[in-house]
Amino acid sequence: MDDTAAATQKYPPGKHPSLPPPGLSTGPLLWIKENLFGSVTNAVLTVLAAWLLWVTIPPLLQWAFLDAAFTGESRKDCQAQSPGACWAFIQNRFELFVYGFYPVTERWRPNLAAVLLVVALLPVLWDNVPQRAKLLIFTCAYPFVAGWLLIGGLGLKPVTTDQFGGFLLTLVIGVTGISFSLPLGVLLALGRQSKMPVLRTLSIAFIEFIRGVPLITLLFVASAMLSYFLPPGTDFNLLVRVLIMVTLFASGYMAEVVRGGLQAIPKGQYEAAQSMGIGYWKMMRLVVLPQALKISIPGIVNTFISLYKDTTLVIIIGLLDPLGIGKASLADAKWQGLSTEVYIFVAVFFFISCFGMSRYALYLERKLDTGYRR
Amino acid sequence: MRKTAITFVAAIAAASAVAPMAAEAGTLDDVKARKELNCITNTGLAGFSYTDKAGKWQGFDADHCRALAAAVVGDGNKVKFIPATGKTRFTLLNSKEGDVLFRNTTWTYVRDVDVKLSFVGVNYYDGQGFIIRKSAGIKSAKQLNGATVCIQTGTTTELNLADFFRANKIKYEPVPIETNDEARTAYLAQRCDTYTTDASGLAATRATFDKPADHVILPEIISKEPLGPAVRHGDDQWADVVRWVTYALVAAEEYGVTKGNADEMAKKSANPEVKRLLGTEGNLGGMLGLDKDWALKAIKAAGNYGEIFERNIGPKTNIGLERGLNAQWFNGGLQYAPPFR
Amino acid sequence: MAIQASAAVTAGDTNALLRLWRNKEARAVIIQILTLAILFAFFAYIIDNAIQNLARLGKTFSFSFLEQPASYDINQHLISYTSQDTHLRAMTVGILHTVLVAVCGIVLATAMGYILGVLRLSKNWLINRIVYCFIEFTRNVPVLLHILLVYGIIVNVLPVPRQALDWSKTAFLTNRGVFIPKPVFEDAFVWTLVAFFAAVAVVWAYRRWARKVQEETGKIYPVLWPGLAIIVLLPTLAFWVSGSPLSWEVPALKGFNFQGGMVMRPEFLALWLALSYYTSAFIAEIVRAGILSVAWGQTEASYAIGLRPNRTLQLIIIPQALRVIVPPLTSQFLNITKNSSLAIAIGYMDIVATIGGISLMQTGKEMESMIIVLSIYLAFSLIISAFMNWYNKKIKLVER
Repeated sequence: MDDTAAATQKYPPGKHPSLPPPGLSTGPLLWIKENLFGSVTNAVLTVLAAWLLWVTIPPLLQWAFLDAAFTGESRKDCQAQSPGACWAFIQNRFELFVYGFYPVTERWRPNLAAVLLVVALLPVLWDNVPQRAKLLIFTCAYPFVAGWLLIGGLGLKPVTTDQFGGFLLTLVIGVTGISFSLPLGVLLALGRQSKMPVLRTLSIAFIEFIRGVPLITLLFVASAMLSYFLPPGTDFNLLVRVLIMVTLFASGYMAEVVRGGLQAIPKGQYEAAQSMGIGYWKMMRLVVLPQALKISIPGIVNTFISLYKDTTLVIIIGLLDPLGIGKASLADAKWQGLSTEVYIFVAVFFFISCFGMSRYALYLERKLDTGYRR
Repeated sequence: MRKTAITFVAAIAAASAVAPMAAEAGTLDDVKARKELNCITNTGLAGFSYTDKAGKWQGFDADHCRALAAAVVGDGNKVKFIPATGKTRFTLLNSKEGDVLFRNTTWTYVRDVDVKLSFVGVNYYDGQGFIIRKSAGIKSAKQLNGATVCIQTGTTTELNLADFFRANKIKYEPVPIETNDEARTAYLAQRCDTYTTDASGLAATRATFDKPADHVILPEIISKEPLGPAVRHGDDQWADVVRWVTYALVAAEEYGVTKGNADEMAKKSANPEVKRLLGTEGNLGGMLGLDKDWALKAIKAAGNYGEIFERNIGPKTNIGLERGLNAQWFNGGLQYAPPFR
Repeated sequence: MAIQASAAVTAGDTNALLRLWRNKEARAVIIQILTLAILFAFFAYIIDNAIQNLARLGKTFSFSFLEQPASYDINQHLISYTSQDTHLRAMTVGILHTVLVAVCGIVLATAMGYILGVLRLSKNWLINRIVYCFIEFTRNVPVLLHILLVYGIIVNVLPVPRQALDWSKTAFLTNRGVFIPKPVFEDAFVWTLVAFFAAVAVVWAYRRWARKVQEETGKIYPVLWPGLAIIVLLPTLAFWVSGSPLSWEVPALKGFNFQGGMVMRPEFLALWLALSYYTSAFIAEIVRAGILSVAWGQTEASYAIGLRPNRTLQLIIIPQALRVIVPPLTSQFLNITKNSSLAIAIGYMDIVATIGGISLMQTGKEMESMIIVLSIYLAFSLIISAFMNWYNKKIKLVER
């Protein structure tokens, strides 16, 4: 009672400074209470999650970093140093993982192709890049430029495709697949929307066939069956056959993505174009497709991500992608038994690149989504 | 109606099938024109074919490819290695992607007759065995009742295995696995009690264990596995080339011709057979459609059979295989080159 | 004169053709006929090539190899199989394995995806972040790597049979699989089954009646709990009355491994778990998007007319969310089925590993085997699509 009296004495009415809020209603404590222990279920979940993290993360870190060996010339060297992961193997074979068997003296060519890839992607990824129109022409030409750089000929020393391997092979398959499947996919999507029954049926049959079978069986077809369908004596190398199959495979999915875009274009757009008297192809090129493709970009990026991940399957028919390089290298008696390290290394590589791409797709979705939002 | 259609298609096919068959060039000419040998090898098998740090293919099979390339196009480095899995190897050969198959492939009746390959020799006599932990206390494969067995799929081993256990009326559980490295991991993790594959592969695999002495290879060899090069059915000239290059390496060991002394032997040897082999007398190469010194080039590129063996899989390597059946015939082995005359 | 006339005729023909071409309908017909002609020519060409190539290799095209003995063993089979059975039988075993892993995968992936999707919307920060990290990690790493990693973990981390983790000595967890007791049915068990089906029929009739009453009078009878009670109690009663005609075959360690009981092998487990959690990451995002797509006003309106939260979820949110969820869910189900073909990487004997793998290898019948494999996958896809389309139609908004 006295205290209160003293307090009222000290401050005139209305001048009393704000009292600190009660313990749990502000600052980090409030945040913890609200976000971690808001209810009984929440608290239980939090404890469970914390336990899960505690059980899994420290041993993993211990194995992958603290106990790991980073240098050495064989698995025995690694084991002599520490009980954990043996990253020395990855380091020892790093160039093989990146370039495969690409000749050492010619490795500037894939490097240059990679740099050009970034240049070619700029106008696609970023609207405000200066000179966008010119760069876009370069983007369309890129697959051919890169093909010339990698395979050679016309002044460059030829490099046969069996020397491609590792992440280089992953990129070659991914980029080829996407750049050729997009035009094919657009044609298929248009075919599926066509008023001509024959074209429509054929497009639907093709798309449904492609989407109905696993990629790996198509790869088996490429490796085991395709050569039967070519004229006798044709020498058609495995990578080209795989690229054809991957392109056809991706085009089936691409067609469905583009179809989604086409269906989202209001009918008024078609009618307006037709009422101005422009023909089918002109209407598609100038009015419909620019809009449809723009809204399909997130879907296209997602298709690309899954295609890119699917490139790991080529190992099953004997092409040496990063996993395949890992296996061929693990057959060296010095290094046997390190498959976990290879898997993790390749997984991290794919995670970084795919996560980047999916973030970009998400950003685009947000940017393009101008509709009603909660 | 359907019958007519089929007949029609078949008739066209029959008519058009004749022409290209006559026009087709032999593999030998193809290889010479290409100046490169396309050689199908394993995607990875310790000692037989694997990639080194520089990304170069090494091993017993890889060296045989080099010798063949040296004999045909004159340079042992003119080889394009086509790595193949158990599944893709025959297709790669039949689709003309590869000229020859050096992929530890067992010569069997069905493959020779029905899969339309021509096996032209045996460069490694093998047999299927079992490896098992010493602690299991097993002394014979016949005691393996109820065991879990790791096998490499797509090979003859799974057929042999099925036959062996059926013949002995014992039960087992097969665990099919794609590559040797995975099988090794599965065996060490005790996913399976025993791992079965060619005895050479078992020895090679055991050598990489942390404690090789804890594991034994059971005495039973349950199959014959003659591993050798194969070519497409129907190209006899090319089959001859591959066959005799392989034999030249064996003969070279018999007569003491090595990578180091080949040039000298060609000039100085008094043995007429060596002279014929190395091209200083007669023209055996010409009969094959090759240069006179084809065998000399092959030996200089890879060494003789013994050298290739010692370098890749012999007792001094990690793999540590004894010559055994693969010793020369006069040492009690089966490697026996027909006369060069 | 004659030359002029013929020139005029040609010009007339060209004009007629041009006119035909400018006619929209005629042009459509021409294009379609041309397309068909090209297509037929193409197929004739490749079939001709194939026949030539087969003839060149001395091979024949026939499916008779399916009747020959397969002569390889398969470690787990849902139907009886020995190495003397035919390739056809081996193929059937493979198909059943694909179906098994696809169905189990679809069920588990849907359940996990639903839970993850809901957790992803949780207000609990820690859970939210963990689920987010899990989903992103899973989605951005190839499924083949997931399968290999899970298989590696199962084989290397779980104990060997002699040190098996057991659950009161009846179920065992080892790196050779999960061993659980196997029910052995006696003849009298048939009565329990009869009782079960009778109970289901009763519940179904009761549910129809309750619906009808609700529609007519608005009175709600409880359905779920009484229904469950009937379905559980009636068979249990029948089971006791008929004298418990069921025993369990408990797995026991004998020789090298556990014998008896039922076993889920590591290959199946790895494939099943990896496919399920990989797909569940995609399903979680679909579920999240579906739930978010239902406007908040719907919930408020539902509360306003006095529905309780669980009824709101059941009657208002889920039916509307399902409409957004089902179409993309279909393609995820298809993905599980197709991705199950990666079984080949770890040696689970599915279609690709049996007929498309070992049988193909042993017989050298690439063309025939691949045609079979492709047709089977197509059939699976069509069946799943048809079912999901039917379901989608059923839950579609009925527009009046």
